Amino acid sequence: MKLTKAQYDEIAQFLGHVQPTRQSLRKLKEKFPSQSQSTLLSIFSQEYQKQIKRTHAKHHTAEAIETYYQRYLNGVMKNAAAPILLELANEVDFAPSLMARIVLERFLQEKEQAIPSKTLINSMLRDPSQIPNGVLANQVYQCTVNDCCYGPLVDCIKHAIGHEHEVLLREMLLEKNLSFIAEDQLRAKGYDKTPDFILEVPVAVEGHIIHWIESKASFGDESSHQAYLQDQFWSYWNRVPGESLMLLLAKETLLYVRKTVGKCHI
Amino acid sequence: MYAVILILVRNKLLPVKAASVVPNVAESHQRKPKPGALVSLSLLQKDFVPFLLNFLREQTSQILTNGPSTPAKTPSSKAHGSQRTASERRAGHATSSRVQLFSQRTSVTTSLPARRGRRKGSSSVSASGRQVARDLGRSLAEEEDGKHDSVSWSGGRRKRSEVSLVSARSPPSQLNLNNLEEFPPMGAASGWTNKSKPSRRINPTPVSAERPLSKPKMCFTSTPVSQSPAARFSSASSLEAFTTVQEGNLPSAISNSLQEEREMLKKERYGISLDPGTPTKPSYTRSASLPAESHLVTCANPTKVSCKKQLECLAQLYSSCIAENLVPNIFLELFFVLQLLTSKGTSTAEDGDSDLEHFRSVHNCVYFAVQVLDYQIISHLEKGMLKLLAENERIASFSPALHERLRQAYESSTAKVSLLLPCSVQSVSFQPETDNRSNFPSDRAFHIFKKQRDIFYELLREWEDNHEKTGWDFERVLGNKIRAMMAHLSATCNHSHFARLFQKQLIQMCKGPIGGGASWGDTPDQDVLNMLGSDNLSRLKRLQERFVVPQSIRGPCPPPSFPGCQQFFRDFILSAGSYQFNQHLVDSLCLKILELNSLTLVEHEHSDGEADMDEQDEKKRFTVVLLSLRLLAKFLGFLVFLPYRTVEQPTRDLQDSAVALRNQTLPVLDVLKLLRQSIWDRRSILTVPWIVEYLSLVDHIAPFLDYYKKVFCLLLLMVLSEDKEMNFLNKLLILAVLGWLFQVPSVPEDLFFSTDVRQEGLMMDSVTSAQALDSVPLVDQQLLYTCCPYLGELRKLLASFVAGSGVKNGGFIRKITPTAAESLAPKHFSLEQVELAQAFFHNQPPSLRRTVEFVAERVGSNCVKHIKATLVAELVQRAEVMLQDKVKEEDANHDKLLEEVCAHLYEEGAQALIKGRELPSNFSLTIVLWLVVNLLSLVILPVKVLSSAEDIAVELATEKACGWLSANIAALIKREVRATFNRMLKVPGLPVPGEDALELRRDCPPGCQHCAPLPSQIINEIKDVLCVAVGPRDEGEVIDYVWLECLLGRLGQTLRCRKFMCPTSEQQLAKCTVELASLLVSDHVPLSLGIKSQEKSSERLRVKNNPTYGLLKMLLSVWKEDFGTPVPVHLIFTKKNIGYLAEVKQREWDLFLFMLHGLVEHELMRTSEIESCLHTLEELPWSSVSNEMCVYNK
Repeated sequence: MKLTKAQYDEIAQFLGHVQPTRQSLRKLKEKFPSQSQSTLLSIFSQEYQKQIKRTHAKHHTAEAIETYYQRYLNGVMKNAAAPILLELANEVDFAPSLMARIVLERFLQEKEQAIPSKTLINSMLRDPSQIPNGVLANQVYQCTVNDCCYGPLVDCIKHAIGHEHEVLLREMLLEKNLSFIAEDQLRAKGYDKTPDFILEVPVAVEGHIIHWIESKASFGDESSHQAYLQDQFWSYWNRVPGESLMLLLAKETLLYVRKTVGKCHI
Repeated sequence: MYAVILILVRNKLLPVKAASVVPNVAESHQRKPKPGALVSLSLLQKDFVPFLLNFLREQTSQILTNGPSTPAKTPSSKAHGSQRTASERRAGHATSSRVQLFSQRTSVTTSLPARRGRRKGSSSVSASGRQVARDLGRSLAEEEDGKHDSVSWSGGRRKRSEVSLVSARSPPSQLNLNNLEEFPPMGAASGWTNKSKPSRRINPTPVSAERPLSKPKMCFTSTPVSQSPAARFSSASSLEAFTTVQEGNLPSAISNSLQEEREMLKKERYGISLDPGTPTKPSYTRSASLPAESHLVTCANPTKVSCKKQLECLAQLYSSCIAENLVPNIFLELFFVLQLLTSKGTSTAEDGDSDLEHFRSVHNCVYFAVQVLDYQIISHLEKGMLKLLAENERIASFSPALHERLRQAYESSTAKVSLLLPCSVQSVSFQPETDNRSNFPSDRAFHIFKKQRDIFYELLREWEDNHEKTGWDFERVLGNKIRAMMAHLSATCNHSHFARLFQKQLIQMCKGPIGGGASWGDTPDQDVLNMLGSDNLSRLKRLQERFVVPQSIRGPCPPPSFPGCQQFFRDFILSAGSYQFNQHLVDSLCLKILELNSLTLVEHEHSDGEADMDEQDEKKRFTVVLLSLRLLAKFLGFLVFLPYRTVEQPTRDLQDSAVALRNQTLPVLDVLKLLRQSIWDRRSILTVPWIVEYLSLVDHIAPFLDYYKKVFCLLLLMVLSEDKEMNFLNKLLILAVLGWLFQVPSVPEDLFFSTDVRQEGLMMDSVTSAQALDSVPLVDQQLLYTCCPYLGELRKLLASFVAGSGVKNGGFIRKITPTAAESLAPKHFSLEQVELAQAFFHNQPPSLRRTVEFVAERVGSNCVKHIKATLVAELVQRAEVMLQDKVKEEDANHDKLLEEVCAHLYEEGAQALIKGRELPSNFSLTIVLWLVVNLLSLVILPVKVLSSAEDIAVELATEKACGWLSANIAALIKREVRATFNRMLKVPGLPVPGEDALELRRDCPPGCQHCAPLPSQIINEIKDVLCVAVGPRDEGEVIDYVWLECLLGRLGQTLRCRKFMCPTSEQQLAKCTVELASLLVSDHVPLSLGIKSQEKSSERLRVKNNPTYGLLKMLLSVWKEDFGTPVPVHLIFTKKNIGYLAEVKQREWDLFLFMLHGLVEHELMRTSEIESCLHTLEELPWSSVSNEMCVYNK
């Protein structure tokens, strides 16, 4: 099923400035009952990420960080069980997971008297029980669980979706009896960057000769397409010249099939 | 020899007599001189030919207004051009002549039709002599300025110069006799120079010196490179010369300036003062076409020709010189002849005072041109050209016989040439053999190179998108990025890798005829093109060609340039300014050149009739190799001579010292040896064209070095010699490129006439080897025009004539009907099929032997691959397990550990050899298939032959596989094990990855339909549960018990079907379910019991009245049975999760205890593990927990 641009835009418009909570998602589902949850979640996440990108910097000024941290401290002093961080994030229009990260970073900085490493922070976000402060651990966990656009859980879901689509794609290729080299084989050969599939025998799709396929478990809106082009398409093209098929998928929904000829025409 | 001409023309000698006066030349028309005879003629060649050429140029100078002046490469000419100074330019004296093609082009003053000065300075290699000549020339010019009144050649009116330093020996006839003195033999001392003086002044029209638009244009060969390196880095100033001037489209800039100057001249003449602030509108169209004044166009009339006999005689003489290759550039002469043919001089001077003014009238010029053409072998020209000639009405009226021959040649010609070839450009594929990790010294180097590859293409794309925009400056935009990249390359010693990529990309993009097209991004959408079908595609191409190919005529000798994409690579090298990079690039280029130059290109005997297909393929292959070689050689020349490049010709002293210095060093690539070898092997058709490209970029000194002197000498000898065996078009290509080379600015002008060819001898192998190429018809017109795009100038000249003369016969401009795309849309599939079929037929076999060898090689390598994938992979897997155990035991010496494990495996590796022996025969079916496929199209071979061939192939393959294996198996195992080991060490935190990996290889249960919910879906749903559990909750928000139960059931299904599962998903599921369990035991999950559960209340009661037990049981069972990865159940005991417990009432501790028992029961944790977990918790300050511990411990 194709999701039209108009439909996408309608959903995106509805999202406007909502917070990335399950409540918002629920509302979204009520509004667009015909779309599957993962489709909506994917669009939600994508739109929200755009919004965050715009405001990211303003939450990372030294003053902002300090304010957030103090508010957190005051909050937990009064009531450690209350969802302090989550509410704070919603109040200032920021993703809860990212808010948790800011406060955690600040907390560790104070505790260790040094800027904590990214790996440490990431591992603590993934498993909040590693956080030396129980109250903060709970607060952080609450944030990451409740965030439906950012955070380790959401990342994992996205990864899982990506993997599932790759499997589906592979199945389709096998079904169509196409000869291909998959990503892991390419990696074994020592390619430094790899698309999902390189077709050993190119195929023609709507008049294009396709050399490789990359599937994306996300929506092919303009900006994300641009981003993929920047990050991945050219990297692949630099190594495996030829036309490609970028499948931007969400669930069973094949959104846009984009053909890419040397340069990408959208 | 002047006397010869003099007598010839004045006394109306019969041509026959003329021939006898100049016996060798005339006779040589019929009789090919042997090299020996040539040598004896060297004096003649040296002196007579240049004189003749000059004579013709002089004579016709005023009649030729069409097209740029044809340079006459004569020794005396360039002395002026190359030594012109700014003051000279300011003086505004038009000393230009068509002679000074390169240097003059770039100077400001070009006055048409005033042409003189060629004879002013005498030729001399001596710089001082030149200086004198120049000074003399300047002073004379000043002196005579204004004195002289006539531009025309109407003999009697022409004043003779009064400043004769030496009384002229020649009689003061109308003919400019002191030419005789001014045309000294090459070796003549500078003394001659002093004596010589121009006898005739053409009054140049003064042109304002301030011309903001036409700044002096320099050829890149004279770009200042002498600036300090710092300056080169900090500013783009030095680059400017490169980028602004010598961008591939230099000629257009030139023609613009030429045009501009003409405009100014015109205005000057009409007394219009030129406002320097108002730029003359540059014209991009046929700048050099006929003048606007239509009265100039005269109809050439055969009946009005005078002095026919003399003209015929001259034509014969001239033709002989061309035919004998005694002129430096035959195409230059042809161009000149065509100029005469299309000349449109004024028809006023028909009265003809002098019988010596043979070329004063258009009629005479055309007559002469037609006569010369009659002698030439123009039938070898390409079709478009022949068409234009055949349609030329002048030829038709002057020589119906020639016209008829041309028409026939046109009709039979198939040599269609497109001046524009599309090219498809792609990036260089990643090649695991050279590009993967094992080719780099360290991970870092590998990863940095990964980035550099991307950066390089980013730069390329940026250039491609923007370089044509105004104000875009390569150095300014990309310079720093490139240098940063160079710094990174140096830091990781990745230069050789990058040089290889650079060189490959260069070939990829630029091997096309016009430097790979101006920009490959702007090529029209391939979809649309494909829809057109090949027939219409060629039409479209022609139409495009008409739009894109510049119609301005810029003469047949453009300076070397870097057109199209080559510009990017040149600018990249300049901006990088990296010695290391250049050195590596030079290495890379040399290697590739040597490789290509030694390719065997012709595989089979060229017998008649047979194997037309092969010939085509060979031709194609030759074309590709030749074009690649030329491209690489050009860049090699660019790099090699880059450090020596100077703006101007250095003075004699500087030159001497530089020569002395540089004679000591050896050239990077021994072109002399290669050239000699190629002549010996008769492969010069491949070698000479690229050596010419290489040499075209010489600096001013290089041609004087001993080494390069020899090279040039050898090349010259090639021009003069007659190789009967050489294919005509092959020879033509060599002549064309060499002719061009001799006109390149930095090649000394007198080289052609002055070099003593006796120094070198042409050594040829008496036996024509199989490698020989010269006699094979490899060059076609398309390749000729591709290599020498300047030959297209001839066509343009004719075309512009047709276009200007009222298009009586339709001529060049013909309608090309564009085709609508959609009507042909269905065609594209058949096109694809054609492509596929072509690809398939490409495997047509040249011989049985090669096929067998090939198959054997492939099978051998496949065997190795197979063994690698099976036996070795198995061994490595076992090694992995062994290593895992040992790594845990002792963290000590990894290397030692590796050695031990590998030594263990080597014995088993020996099995590989046994397998290697068996495998090829197992492959035999494949071999047979191969053979059948390959041989089907050839002769039908008897079965016996086939089976023998197969045996040989098996034998060879076995040999190959075993040879490789016995030598490399140990190293291979070690390498693979080490790689696996490193990977193993890198994977952080994952508990026991070995088991993990093994477990993950589990398959779906038999009969699995793969219709379980997708992992992402389940994670998502569990996440929702966690959300509600952790809060904050909405009022009355609960989780339905049945739904949750169902979710856990589906979780089990999902885990059992492995199809969509990936490690990350599974690990996340494990973690989430443990979290869920923790929340369940602490009663944090607000469960609502649906109606269903009430019905089953009796059962529920049995489970201690709490439905949570059921859920926990399900979880325990899923953890135990369905998870492939170990479930991190210990997370239940973390502070955070125990913290949930601490908040709750007594009842839920029962759940916790139930959980603990369950864990032990399901063997998910041992009691001791649980105890140790609990002990760590005891240290925590939660009394309730500690208390409970006691309870548990009891």
